[in-house]
Amino acid sequence: MQHGGNRQTEKLLLERSVPGRVGVVLPDLDVPAQPMLDNALLRDDLALPELSEPEVVQYFTGLSLKNFSIDTHFYPLGSCTMKYNPKINDEMAFLPGFAGIHPMQPVEQSQGALELLHKLQGFLGEITGLPAVSLATLAGAHGELGGMLMIRAHHMANQDTGRTKVAIPDSAHGTNPASAAMAGFEVVELASDENGNVDLNALRDVAGPDLAGVMITLPSTLGLFDTNIVEVCRIVHEAGGLVYGDGANMNALLGRVKLGDLGFDVAHLNLHKTFSTPHGGGGPGAGPVCCTEQLAPYLAAPIVNRKSDAYELSAPANSIGKLSGFHGNFGVLVRAYTYIRTLGDAGIKSISGNAVLSANYMMNSLRGIYHLPYDRTCMHEAVFSADLQMQRGSSGLEIAKRLLDYGFHAPTMYFPLIVHEALMIEPTESETKETIDAFIQALIDIDREVTEDPDLVNNAPHTTPVARLDEAKAARQPDLRWQPEAAD
Amino acid sequence: MTATRPNTSGTNEDHFQSHYIPSTIDEQAEMLSALGINTIDELFADIPKEFRNPTLDLPTPLSEMEIQQELGQMAAKNRPMGSGPSFLGAGSYNHFIPAIVKSLITRGEFITAYTPYQAEASQGTLQVIYEFQTLICNLYGMQVANAGMYDGATSLAEATLMACRVTKRERVALANSISPAYIDVIRTYCQSQDIEVEIVDPSNPGFADETACLVLQYPNYYGYIEDLKTLVNTTHAQGALAVVSCDPTAMGMLQTPGHYGADIVTGDGQSLGIPASYGGPYVGLFAAKQEYIRQMPSRLSGRTLDKNGKTGYVLTLQTREQHIRRERATSNICTNEALYALASTIYMAAMGKQGLRQIAELCYHKSHYAANQINALPGYSLPISDPFFQEFVVQCPDSPSKINKKLMELNILGGLDVNEKIPNGMLLCVTEMNSKEDIDALVAALAEFK
Repeated sequence: MQHGGNRQTEKLLLERSVPGRVGVVLPDLDVPAQPMLDNALLRDDLALPELSEPEVVQYFTGLSLKNFSIDTHFYPLGSCTMKYNPKINDEMAFLPGFAGIHPMQPVEQSQGALELLHKLQGFLGEITGLPAVSLATLAGAHGELGGMLMIRAHHMANQDTGRTKVAIPDSAHGTNPASAAMAGFEVVELASDENGNVDLNALRDVAGPDLAGVMITLPSTLGLFDTNIVEVCRIVHEAGGLVYGDGANMNALLGRVKLGDLGFDVAHLNLHKTFSTPHGGGGPGAGPVCCTEQLAPYLAAPIVNRKSDAYELSAPANSIGKLSGFHGNFGVLVRAYTYIRTLGDAGIKSISGNAVLSANYMMNSLRGIYHLPYDRTCMHEAVFSADLQMQRGSSGLEIAKRLLDYGFHAPTMYFPLIVHEALMIEPTESETKETIDAFIQALIDIDREVTEDPDLVNNAPHTTPVARLDEAKAARQPDLRWQPEAAD
Repeated sequence: MTATRPNTSGTNEDHFQSHYIPSTIDEQAEMLSALGINTIDELFADIPKEFRNPTLDLPTPLSEMEIQQELGQMAAKNRPMGSGPSFLGAGSYNHFIPAIVKSLITRGEFITAYTPYQAEASQGTLQVIYEFQTLICNLYGMQVANAGMYDGATSLAEATLMACRVTKRERVALANSISPAYIDVIRTYCQSQDIEVEIVDPSNPGFADETACLVLQYPNYYGYIEDLKTLVNTTHAQGALAVVSCDPTAMGMLQTPGHYGADIVTGDGQSLGIPASYGGPYVGLFAAKQEYIRQMPSRLSGRTLDKNGKTGYVLTLQTREQHIRRERATSNICTNEALYALASTIYMAAMGKQGLRQIAELCYHKSHYAANQINALPGYSLPISDPFFQEFVVQCPDSPSKINKKLMELNILGGLDVNEKIPNGMLLCVTEMNSKEDIDALVAALAEFK
């Protein structure tokens, strides 16, 4: 496999720099030069590179070729919903009438943007069954923080100040406990039962006057629909708590069930997962928060309202406040809007239907070869354990790394924490059956290699731009920026 | 009009052949038969029947052609800054963006990659983050920078929380000259952690004992350059940290916050090659002194070696982060704004040492030219005499909002009404994007109000 063409990327920007080269030519000053600031206020030097435009383009293009991505590789990273990101979405976000507008310009000059946001609020409210929506939060974890602050505000408004605890299943993503803690709550871990559902007895034990709420990911990070969910919501509500929904896995449920119908009070969506906006190598995302009318007054500001024929921005009555500088990740919101407009009711059901079908087909094809700790119909992803391979000396990590040699991105590894040697695989709806079959075959082949040629597996990957990296050295001697060799 | 889909036959009348989903009805049947079931609906049997398959009230789907028309019409109802002279800043800036930025960030290999957890398959993204960390450190004169936060506001809010962790104190002081939006976001972040927020006047910055940090903006929200040296020193004398939110464009010419001893420096990377886009996505910049590294939020990319001795990059010091430390993490942040950290890295690489200085100087000279021209108009004055960079406040003879309405009739986007801070104050921003012609048109229009 060729990486990076013949444009070398080893040297960093400042190592490439040649004094006198310029990457951009700017217009001359067209006003009379003004008296300069006092010299003491000015910096002496600015250590940015000096490179011509072709060098910059070639360097970054070279770097891009060292990535796996959806456009270049099957990317079945569990819980991340790495589905195809439609190009039209990007193009719409880059329209000058969207990309070129200032967040503080008068609302009369941004009615088109506000119309889009208002309609998107409506779409997301309809899809979740939680009709009040704020688009202001900028990522999933950011939405979680917003939702937890709303739960806190709700209890405070009821003078119910003793609710200090939030219960979170042991299968949850790390952002859940981190967000609850940031919102000032004490985190209580909830055990899962033998079917991967929330253990109702464990829940009853914590459902008391000090319980502010629970955070539930549905389907869970085990890729399972919690068959106790209605009961979970009922127990929490009877104890005076609220139910937060982590929408990271909503791709499985689109059009199949509304969170509001099940009893959720507030939830966030990950537009960069479920609604096809590109993940960008780690963002930008968007994490809109959807809630019941009861919680609507606490939503993060701003929200978009329609007043007669005009749209306006406003803060909900008892808003938790602002959580971001302006009105949310607008460019991401345009993409999600564009996506939903291609779908409608039948289209949205086709996403969840195909995603869940692909995952079950893949799971079924690997049953018996890889251990399934919870062997029941899965939703959008299947969680295997590499225990059977571990007995022969190859861990989940090694199998994941070996998949890279086959040209597939690795699954999510070692998560959820309650599954030993977890391999969490999410094929998504946008992959062909041929690709899924090839991936299944690769995992079958790797299982054979574990027996026949364990070194090949245990030293993988062999074909990537670098081999396995020394993470201990990186942490022990942190080298986090380039510095010139000490001159003195 | 609705989109027409090919009839893929079969028995399922609800079949929706999406151009984003390859599976045909026959392929679905093949997979269903492998599972020993007949319908996709059977896979959803775990969902309580009474709630299953609700009808969603969503508009009829459109084809790509129709979507282009619909969104084109919506976009046309907005007034983009490129369509006429624009003098609005206040935290989001109208700067030149070289064509290569969009061209490179929309490469599928960058834009459709995930967070670089699988290092061997993500060396491109990881090396970009390392470059970003390097250039942000150099820009701000700091020792360590992370992979970025959501935006300038959340960066600053997280910096105040970090200052509380570092000093083990539970109150923060904010200069009254920082962005009101930043103050709001800091209050939201601090409310649940019982951190007390005090607003202070930076010209007389007394604050309570046991304060974790003084938060400043440089140049401040109104565009002016405060005496950072004195402010940082008095802050340190009280055992508090100096936290500075800093516009990266100003770093093309101004002395760095690091030079003055700032402990944590944040900013909004929007100025570095990111469109205004109605407020996002941007990228939060976050840098600190080396000694505080283990209290930093967000990802860090570190340089290391692979098992063959070849240089490579990995996410490192992850024990600070939520996926390892859960409720004891330094922050809950996970997905940040990697694509826009990439955009700003490309921007800084292309602008380079000379380009960023030139941009800063163009902003400086043009804004000062504009300020002097307006100051010469009868009825207008410059109420603040401190040195400024590209933004400044003009005291107008009438309400700035009223004046702005008149300006818009001439297709000029005026400045921000800051009447609540300075009576009839208008906060104007002049950048390299404003030609002399634009500025003269603004001045001529303002002259009509006396």
